[in-house]
Amino acid sequence: MKLTLRVWRQQNADADGAMSTYEVDGVSPDMSFLEMLDTLNEELILTGEDPVAFDHDCREGICGACSLVINGDAHGPERTTTCQLHMRSFEDGDTIDVEPWRAAAFPVVKDLVVDRSAFDRIIQAGGYVTAPTGAAPEAHATPVPKPDADFAFEHAECIGCGACVAACPNGAAMLFTSAKVNHLNVLPQGAPERASRVLDMVAQMDEEGFGGCTLAGECATACPKGIPLFSITKMNREFLRAARKGR
Amino acid sequence: MAVSGVIMLLYLVAHVIGNLKIFFGPGEFNHYAHWLRTVGEPFMHYEWTLWLVRVVLVVAVVAHAVSAYQLSRRDIRARPTGYVHKKPRASYATRTMRWGGIILGLFIVWHILDLTTGTVHPGGFQPGHPYQNVVDTFSTWYGNVIYLVAMLALGLHVRHGFWSAAQTLGAGSRSRDRLLKTVANLLALVLTAGFIAVPVGVMTGLVS
Repeated sequence: MKLTLRVWRQQNADADGAMSTYEVDGVSPDMSFLEMLDTLNEELILTGEDPVAFDHDCREGICGACSLVINGDAHGPERTTTCQLHMRSFEDGDTIDVEPWRAAAFPVVKDLVVDRSAFDRIIQAGGYVTAPTGAAPEAHATPVPKPDADFAFEHAECIGCGACVAACPNGAAMLFTSAKVNHLNVLPQGAPERASRVLDMVAQMDEEGFGGCTLAGECATACPKGIPLFSITKMNREFLRAARKGR
Repeated sequence: MAVSGVIMLLYLVAHVIGNLKIFFGPGEFNHYAHWLRTVGEPFMHYEWTLWLVRVVLVVAVVAHAVSAYQLSRRDIRARPTGYVHKKPRASYATRTMRWGGIILGLFIVWHILDLTTGTVHPGGFQPGHPYQNVVDTFSTWYGNVIYLVAMLALGLHVRHGFWSAAQTLGAGSRSRDRLLKTVANLLALVLTAGFIAVPVGVMTGLVS
C-alpha cells in the first residue's frame, strides 16, 4: 500500500505546530497503525529527519499508552486502540490525518505525544481503596453479588487512554472519571470511601481544566474498551447522593 | 441546566394544552385566559398565581442561560486547539443546543412583547382579548415564520434536553434508556406539533 500521511509536528510544548505531509510506500495491510508509523520513522531517520514522536507501550491493546486522532477519530475508524488498528482498515492511496489528543488538560509534549498526568491526579484524588496491604485476603471473605462484580469489571476495563477526552466535543473527562468512580463504588471494598471518592475525583477533574459534559455521547462511541455512556449517569447519581449526605 | 430545564418543560406542557383551547372558539379561549388570572382564588389574590408562575419562569430562564454560558465557556476553554480533520459530531439535536437555545431566548422576548405586553403586536393589541390578538399575529407572514422556526428549534432542544436532564439527575440507566428516549421524542413531537397547530389553524382559516 502507498499512503499519504499528514502528521502533526511540533518540536516541543512551547513551539507552534503544523501538519507535515509524508509519503509512505510498501505498507502491508497486516501492519498495525503503529508499525506503519515505525516504517515512516525508519525512513525519516535514514534521511536525517527527526522521527515522529508518538506514545506506545504494550502494543496489545491493554495498556492505554497509544493515542492518536486518525482522520478525526480517536484511535481511528475501528473501535479499538491504535496499536490494534490494522492498515487493512484503509485503502491503498488514502490520505490519512494523524493528530494528537486535543485538550487543555492534555498539553502536547512533542508531535503526537501528550501529557496525560491529569488522569493520574484524578486517580490520586480517590481512585483507590484505603486498605492495609500484606498477603492477599481470602477471595470469598467478602461476598460480592454477581451483578455488582460484572458491573465493576465492565468499568475496570478502562485503560485510561484518554480517547473519551479526545473525542468529546467539549474535552470533558466524564467517562474516564465515571469508569473509575463506578468501578470502586459498587464494590464492598470501596464502600467506606464511596462519598468522598466521587466528590474528590470530580473536584480534581474540574480543577484539571477538562470541559463539561453535554451528553453528546462521543466518548462512549470512541472508547476502545466499550465503557457505556450510562457510567456518566451513574456517577451523577453517586455525586448527588454524596452531595446530599455530605460525605 | 437540568433542573431549570425541567421546570420550563413542565410549564410548556401546560402552555400547549392551554393553547389548544383556541380551537374551541373565542369564548372558551378568552375564558381560559381570564381563568389564568384567577387561579387559586380566594386564597390567592387576583393575578397572584400568574405572577408567581412568571417569577419562577424568569428565574428558570435566567438560571438556564447563565449555566449554559458557564458550561460553554468551560467547554471552549477545555479545547484551545481544535482538530485539523473535522468531523460532524453527535446528532443534529445535540449539535444545535447552543444556537437553538439562543433562538429560543430571542423568541421568548418577541413572544412576550407580541402577545403579553403588545408592544410589537401587529394591529391594535387588545388586552383581555387573546383570541383576536393571536389571530392578528398569525395573519402576518413574519409572525408565522418566527413562530415556526422557534417551534422547530424547541422540538430539537427538548429532544436532547429532556434525555440529558435525566442523565444529569442520575435518572437514566441501561434498562430505562429506551423509555427515556421515547418520552423525549414524544415530548418534542407533541410540543412542536401542538404549538404549530395554532398558526396552521389561523393560516387554514380554522381559527379566525
